[in-house]
Amino acid sequence: MIKVAVVGLGKMGLSHHAMINAHPEVEMVGICDSSSYVLGVLKKYTGVATYNDFDAMLEKVDLDAVVIATPSSSHARMVRAALDRGLHVFCEKPFTLSAQDAEELAALSREKDLVTQVGYHNRFVGAFCEVKRLLDAGAIGTVTHVLGEAYGPVVLKPKGGTWRSQRTEGGGCLYDYAAHAIDLVNWYLGEPLGVGGTVLGRVFSGETDDEVFSTLYFPEGKTAQISVNWSDESYRKMTTRITLWGTAGRIYADRQECQVYLRDTAQRPEGYGEGWNVRYTTDLTEPVWFYLRGEEYSAQIDSFVQRVKERRTDGVNSFQSAALTDKVISMIVTDAEKGASTLAEGVTAESTRATRPKRRRFWRR
Amino acid sequence: MMDRLLFGDNQFFGVNHMSEEKARAQALRFQEIEAVIDVLDAAYDEGIRTFMCTTHERISLVCDHVRAHPDRYPDYTFYPGMPYAHKYANAVTESGMLGAVKRFLPDEGLMDAAIRGTTSVAKKDIEGITTLLIDAEMKMFQGLSTPVIFLQNVVVDLLLGLGFKEAFRIFADHVKSRYDAEPGFITMNMPALLDVLEELQIDNPIICSNINKIGFRMCGGSAAYEAALRERQFRAVAMSVFASGAIPAREAIEWVCAQPNIASIVFGASSKANIRGTRELVSEFWQD
Repeated sequence: MIKVAVVGLGKMGLSHHAMINAHPEVEMVGICDSSSYVLGVLKKYTGVATYNDFDAMLEKVDLDAVVIATPSSSHARMVRAALDRGLHVFCEKPFTLSAQDAEELAALSREKDLVTQVGYHNRFVGAFCEVKRLLDAGAIGTVTHVLGEAYGPVVLKPKGGTWRSQRTEGGGCLYDYAAHAIDLVNWYLGEPLGVGGTVLGRVFSGETDDEVFSTLYFPEGKTAQISVNWSDESYRKMTTRITLWGTAGRIYADRQECQVYLRDTAQRPEGYGEGWNVRYTTDLTEPVWFYLRGEEYSAQIDSFVQRVKERRTDGVNSFQSAALTDKVISMIVTDAEKGASTLAEGVTAESTRATRPKRRRFWRR
Repeated sequence: MMDRLLFGDNQFFGVNHMSEEKARAQALRFQEIEAVIDVLDAAYDEGIRTFMCTTHERISLVCDHVRAHPDRYPDYTFYPGMPYAHKYANAVTESGMLGAVKRFLPDEGLMDAAIRGTTSVAKKDIEGITTLLIDAEMKMFQGLSTPVIFLQNVVVDLLLGLGFKEAFRIFADHVKSRYDAEPGFITMNMPALLDVLEELQIDNPIICSNINKIGFRMCGGSAAYEAALRERQFRAVAMSVFASGAIPAREAIEWVCAQPNIASIVFGASSKANIRGTRELVSEFWQD
């Protein structure tokens, strides 16, 4: 049995808590949150040990690993404290809000030989794993371009009172939604050389972004585009998808399915034929011990647990790989400040920056 | 006594576990409530009179329609499943946990609700908050027959994972006392839930879970599901019997009808032909 505590009991923390608590190889030894409300309810009704203060909990409780699901701006500090105590760490995404913090923490975890993982659950989605497998097998030849998209209905009106509405706290569409699309693109194409044409647009939010559009440049002329919008009510829930063009075919994937078109020039993997091929989630998904909201959430927790048991420091979504995603995010933030790179006559770059006038006061009731 | 065939509502709300394209095509097709009602009528005319539905706000339009035409639907039955979770999940992202709960509590009307609400929130009295949320979700079904009320799987499985067992008892008691209905539980972890409901002495519970030939989303494994069906006392409602279309209809129904102790099958369909096809397969393979 490995001993685990969960810090931060928002939507993600609560669901991690439930899945970990149901895991046969884990003992849930404590939960920690700064707000006493949810903590009080869980203590009263489930008897779990609760803590208000993270450092006090680390001091008191005998732990093997900690799951950090607090607002993103606190990740770096908490991850460091946990690593310093020799704990294995699972941290929610985005990993940190600074590429430098992310690099340092990845280095620290390597130095201490600790198991680390960040919650980019899409890398545990059967269809996205199939894409990786097909790319590694060279199925669509040389990849030339990737489109990473995510859309959903989060901010649909001009208000919002949580940390998620502040970019400085790690809120906003870039950290919340686009991070997933960027992380998948990095998984498939590796580390980009640069970023251009970025728009961090506002639809309704006063203090952060609701849209993210950006071009990523990779070695050998490969490119990727990120197109993300969390103010799109036409989606029932968050939808992440990826399209990849190659010299020998095209792949489209979302959580449910992987559609592959292979040309006659393609090196066809076993089970794949020329023309269209479709693999559904029912074929691609491995069973899990406990299902809460998608197999991928269970699978990522189980992967972490197994790695901790075996002290296997390499694996999917290590700090190292999440640090790359943080790095790309920070390049995107820098690039967005620049506005358009080629301007119409008499236009300043300043005027092309996608910041809409703040309308919060006007709208506030 | 539950009907053998229950009609589900995923197809009406762009829920398709196989394909987002299909989901969108369905959402387009069922944009107008008349299109939904046409399909429900087709099912009703095939003798399928129980609608197992979410508490999506558009269901209230179906409720209005059935209330307005008592002669057309003399024995129409709803099995509401609550809550419609995305509404809450999106609200939590926007307003935080407590903010979301407050937003869905009734904000006007009964004095009782107001008192139950404020003191419950303050005292961390889950019973008060839960019963208020149930009442808010049940409002649209007023005056209609709702003999079974389900708790949706996201909530059931969250509570199950957390070990928050008392909530199942609160739900069961409130549904019985206030609505004279039987509690039902939807889950993706049927064997584990069954253990907890037995421990809580919720006797012969109604449990709706995936039951299909390929074991899709049957957590705990097909063998544990089959053992539970054979050996334990509960009323099983089988959903996802076609595993989102991965199993051919005939093979899927033949297999599920051969399992012991299944009380009902819930299925969704968008056409008269598919409704009839399923009904005929069930009559063929499921004989008393």
